[in-house]
Amino acid sequence: MIQGSLIGGGLIGLASVALMLSQGRIAGISSITYRAIFPSALEPWALCFVVGLVLGPLLLLITTDFVAPVFDGSWTTILIGGFFVGVGTRFGSGCTSGHGVCGIGRGSARSLIATLTFMIVGVITVFLLGLVV
Amino acid sequence: MRIYASALLSGMVFGLGLAISGMTDPANIQGFLDITRDWRPHLALVMGSALVVSGLFFQIVVPRLKGPLFAASFMMPLASAVDQKLIGGAALFGLGWGISGLCPGPAIAGLAYLEPKILGFIVAMALGFKVADWLSAQMVPKQSVQQV
Repeated sequence: MIQGSLIGGGLIGLASVALMLSQGRIAGISSITYRAIFPSALEPWALCFVVGLVLGPLLLLITTDFVAPVFDGSWTTILIGGFFVGVGTRFGSGCTSGHGVCGIGRGSARSLIATLTFMIVGVITVFLLGLVV
Repeated sequence: MRIYASALLSGMVFGLGLAISGMTDPANIQGFLDITRDWRPHLALVMGSALVVSGLFFQIVVPRLKGPLFAASFMMPLASAVDQKLIGGAALFGLGWGISGLCPGPAIAGLAYLEPKILGFIVAMALGFKVADWLSAQMVPKQSVQQV
């Protein structure tokens, strides 16, 4: 698990480097997704990146004994969570990748503050959910 | 062609990293955020190792380069204001992240698992994007929303 975390994290960093080095773009997945799914905002490189994002784990599933995680959260939490993630990343200009990995890596104070904010609210949310469920 | 191939390859490596690191498992995310009970600290290592690579690159390599390989220039986000929109947005994102155990990257990568809930999450997220756009247009007319 520790090895997987370190290697996986390193690959995430490497992919962010590769995208900046080739396209000059920040690997912020919320923004890239926006540019891949809405025709009015469509940018072909973003669509290519998103296709690759799905192909990576697919390749892992097919070629190794990697087992897909189980999604046992309810539909309600998935849909409500997804909606807030959408509104929040659009207003907050990014998510874990754009702010957490690239933004902090660039030394952006804005990204550091955004990351601390969503981490703290995430911790509080999970704590409160644990009291209810 | 090279520009699209390199974007696809970057995406593949990113997705591979997300899957290998355990980020695509909502239980790991919620376990990481659950610091008062059964804390799973592994995701700190994921973010830490990703940050070492991206940090070294952005701080040391990028300033020495003229530009990217297949585009005119490095497109860095210009916004620097720490305002209510940033904090409020990040807070709403944290709320959704905690509730679902998913953020945008792992959700897209998770499409590979052919799990209907993942698709539902992405549709709800897309709706959220549009609602934010609509709200932004109501609040500040003719001002575009910029993303990192």
